[in-house]
Amino acid sequence: MPGQKLVLAGNGMAGIRCLEELIRIDPDRFNITVFGSEPYPNYNRIQLSKVLQGDTSIDDITLNSWSWYESNGIRLYPGETVTEIDTKNHYVRTDKNRITAYDQLILATGSHPFVLPLPGAEKKGVITFRNIRDCQKIIDYSKNKKTAAVIGGGLLGLESARGLLNLGLNVTVVHKSPYLMNRQLDQTASHLLQLQLEKQGMHFLLNKQTVAITGDESVDGLTFNDGDHIEADLVIMAVGIRPNCKLAEDCGIPVNRGILVNDFMETQVSDIYAVGECAEHHGVCYGLVAPLYQQAQVLAKHLCRRNTEGYTGSTTSAKLKVSGVNVFSAGQITETEQTKTIQSYDGWRMTYKKIFVEDGKIKGAILFGETHEGTRLTGLISKQAPVEDYLNAGSTQESEADMVATMSDDEIICGCNGVTKGTIIQAIKEKGLTSVAQVRACTNASRSCGTCRSMVADLLKMTIGDKFDSTKKEEPICTCTTMTRDEVVADIRKMGLTNVREVMHVLDWKNKNGCSKCRPALNYYLNMVNPTGFKDDQESRFVNERLHANIQMNGTFSVVPRMYGGVTNADELRKIADVADKYQVPMIKLTGGQRIDLLGVDKENLPKIWKDLNMRSGFAYAKSVRTVKTCVGENFCRFGTQDSIGMGIKLEKRFEGLYTPHKVKMGVSACPRNCVETRVKDIGVIGVQGGWEIYVGGNGGTKLRKADLLCKVKKSEEVLEYAGAFLQYYRESAKYLERTSAWVERVGIEHVREVLSDKKTRDELNQRIDEALSTIRDPWQSVLDDRETQKKLYQKVYAGETDHQ
Amino acid sequence: MGKTTLRVCVVKLSELPVNIGKTVLVGGKSIALFILSNGSVYALENHCPHRGGVLAEGMVSGEYVFCPMHNWKIGMADGLAQEPDEGCVRTFPVEVQDDRVYINLENPD
Ligand code: SRM
Ligand SMILES: Cc1cc2nc3c(=O)[nH]c(=O)nc-3n(C[C@H](O)[C@H](O)[C@H](O)COP(=O)(O)OP(=O)(O)OC[C@H]3O[C@@H](n4cnc5c(N)ncnc54)[C@H](O)[C@@H]3O)c2cc1C
Ligand code: SF4
Ligand code: FES
Repeated sequence: MPGQKLVLAGNGMAGIRCLEELIRIDPDRFNITVFGSEPYPNYNRIQLSKVLQGDTSIDDITLNSWSWYESNGIRLYPGETVTEIDTKNHYVRTDKNRITAYDQLILATGSHPFVLPLPGAEKKGVITFRNIRDCQKIIDYSKNKKTAAVIGGGLLGLESARGLLNLGLNVTVVHKSPYLMNRQLDQTASHLLQLQLEKQGMHFLLNKQTVAITGDESVDGLTFNDGDHIEADLVIMAVGIRPNCKLAEDCGIPVNRGILVNDFMETQVSDIYAVGECAEHHGVCYGLVAPLYQQAQVLAKHLCRRNTEGYTGSTTSAKLKVSGVNVFSAGQITETEQTKTIQSYDGWRMTYKKIFVEDGKIKGAILFGETHEGTRLTGLISKQAPVEDYLNAGSTQESEADMVATMSDDEIICGCNGVTKGTIIQAIKEKGLTSVAQVRACTNASRSCGTCRSMVADLLKMTIGDKFDSTKKEEPICTCTTMTRDEVVADIRKMGLTNVREVMHVLDWKNKNGCSKCRPALNYYLNMVNPTGFKDDQESRFVNERLHANIQMNGTFSVVPRMYGGVTNADELRKIADVADKYQVPMIKLTGGQRIDLLGVDKENLPKIWKDLNMRSGFAYAKSVRTVKTCVGENFCRFGTQDSIGMGIKLEKRFEGLYTPHKVKMGVSACPRNCVETRVKDIGVIGVQGGWEIYVGGNGGTKLRKADLLCKVKKSEEVLEYAGAFLQYYRESAKYLERTSAWVERVGIEHVREVLSDKKTRDELNQRIDEALSTIRDPWQSVLDDRETQKKLYQKVYAGETDHQ
Repeated sequence: MGKTTLRVCVVKLSELPVNIGKTVLVGGKSIALFILSNGSVYALENHCPHRGGVLAEGMVSGEYVFCPMHNWKIGMADGLAQEPDEGCVRTFPVEVQDDRVYINLENPD
């Protein structure tokens, strides 16, 4: 028998978590059908804040891929809403008029954002923030807009305000209470938070009640109860959520604020269950995933007839996901006469801690600035642990790693998914895990809000030591020395070393002549550290970079002339054809980089060919900036949104000839169809309506890697600014022969984004890249200008016989 | 009967780059000639024992040259490929007289 018919209405975080658990416990028990209003597989709603802030992309927040449904035999109807439940005859009907029978029905319909019933709330540009569509709407609508207002100074409001700042808008947060996040914080913490956010550029109007949204068809501002008015081209309403329980209510399932459930998530109608934000348990509707996941687990056990004590409610904790600000709050944070508090405030470091104690038990906590104790405090609060447990646990200044080490095995590391330290360590040991991603896949830890990622990393470090990917001990550059790349570069800077021999001598190379691995690396580092004082060491260049051509199997070379953005003209083509005839070039080929390659050229002919071509070097042979591929773009293509050719040429002209740790390839597409494979480039630029997306760290070579979104910008100059800053940061911190893909993977895209998010840093990086660029001369022309070099490096010797013996 | 030696004059020493190979063509043969900074001069068959790479374009490190094709390390004095690779390339005796470099080739009669 193919199992009982289980139908899930709501393809969201709580519902799918429940299915995952069901499948884990008893995979064959049910024949599962899922309906979801949204046209996507289950995704991580929490990360929408990060998508809006530009830290991740919609592609990257999928939690269960289409193939997950398929391989678990789940019938999924995306984009289809359940509109009716026939509780007597046990079937549901959808908006597409599909009728599906059930033995058991789970309602996991989540919530919808509350929209204040204000005059003008229906105007264009007034948007709520709940799902992928909203997120895209905000991003699209913000293009070409200048000012935005967020109504609501809670978690969601502040996270979306940060997103709008990143989209380049001037943002004001309007809040009706005098304190931000007043449900999670006290006045002191709220005040510190406000200061930090103001530093990031956010504006606040507190104690303000909006009474009207103004504008004709589209919003243009807000009016308040005190008569004040502000301008706003875009308004995000983030004033709270309401459980989605209309479907249940219409079909006679008892509801209050949410759908009423007991400890086993049963509604008051048989065979119908509810989990997630739509459910109301003991008078509480939860709005964070940790409690919802606990509900999901209880329901899964209950449906599989496994023993469970039932759901008894949760302690909730919250963290604000705005980079650069650490705020945490958990449990009960209101003070009564019985409440005693433990507090500390450091005005210099801007840290604050307040722990709420009642009857000697820990009831709640607020942390600002330093939040790594958060997870542990949540655990203590939910256990109602005696305050001594907290005080005895060690110094409050201990590092996160130390704290993780002293935690007991049953303490929770991942709050959202309820994963304990013991579970993680066991998985690491038993399954031989070595990376955070593997731990995530095996245990679910760090799969939701992601804030426990660093603790998972600490556990990996603790458990497997050096085998842990990101703590691997750095290797020396090569066997000629015991020093690592960073040590060598530091010494080059400190001692002002200027040439390869000197470095090997002063830093006591074991092999005093160096090898083909360390010498090119040293030559690069010296150039990078001091571009203007640098004198190239020809002997330490690989032949291609010494002769400015690619060597081939049989000792001949290839010539790839520069064609900016892949654009050429009849004159150039004629010259190339003439050269090919004159020097009898065995093959002319179009390269994968949109250039033309003359293959099979004798070394002695290289300078002659360059002279006849009178074109610049294409650098196809060097660890340097290579080609910028372009698509036809807005001037020709019906989908084009930007001048991709123009942008490609600009990029290529600006960075032409720059030596880099490994080769750097770029591409510019004029729309997300990506005809130049922009997302496997070291720097990929994609034109979109009103702006550009900049991707970095892609690779189409030996180890394929999809590029990460660095940022989105509006103006073309900003593309050059970010590209320059990215390139220089890569030049300064990567190891020689480390492609951007490997480097981004090693240091983390979040780190790169953080460094480059600071305008001052970007400007400084661009100044340094300008200095490096100022020293560049076209190498082919340099050879043509220097007869000595031509003779020494390019001429062969034709020896005559002298005497017989 | 036996072999004679063909002594060829190559080039003026002072015109050669130091620590960078030079391709010498003689009687249809390609030879890689190296003048090192310590004064040694070596001539090797310009044909790597691995897959025939041109050693003249290789990177020089002490008395060794790294083949530019797949980075085999070849001893210039004896032509031996270094561990873990195996193989040998022909070497030729070299003389320097009055700033002129002579290579002695064996000339099979
Ligand atoms: C000429 C060209 C092939 C062609 O005929 O189309 C080419 C030829 C060579 N590639 Fe390539 N690559 C060429 C496009 C590519 C591409 C495609 C692209 O650029 O869009 C890739 C994959 C994209 C990428 O790099 O992300 C590519 C990935 C590689 C790799 C692997 C790099 C990696 O990080 O995994 C190597 C090996 C290396 O660099 O260490 C390599 C190395 C080489 C070398 C230089 C091998 C060598 O060291 O001798 C080849 C020289 C052949 C010769 O005899 O001249 N080639 N190579 C292309 C020149 C593009 C240009 O106009 O500049
Ligand atoms: C921007 C943002 C940031 C957040 N940050 C955090 C955070 O940091 N930490 C945290 O713990 N929580 C956070 N949350 C809250 C968290 O995402 C939710 O608590 C969680 O997603 C709720 O899960 P759910 O399954 O109950 O509802 P949802 O995930 O909303 O799933 C319900 C799904 O059901 C669909 N649906 C509704 N009615 C029907 C119907 N009749 N038929 C078919 N389908 C239907 C809906 O379209 C929706 O896709 C955040 C939420 C947002 C929006
Ligand atoms: S793929 Fe690139 S490296 Fe490989 S053989 Fe072709 S050109 Fe050479
Ligand atoms: S041909 Fe010389 S190493 Fe392969």
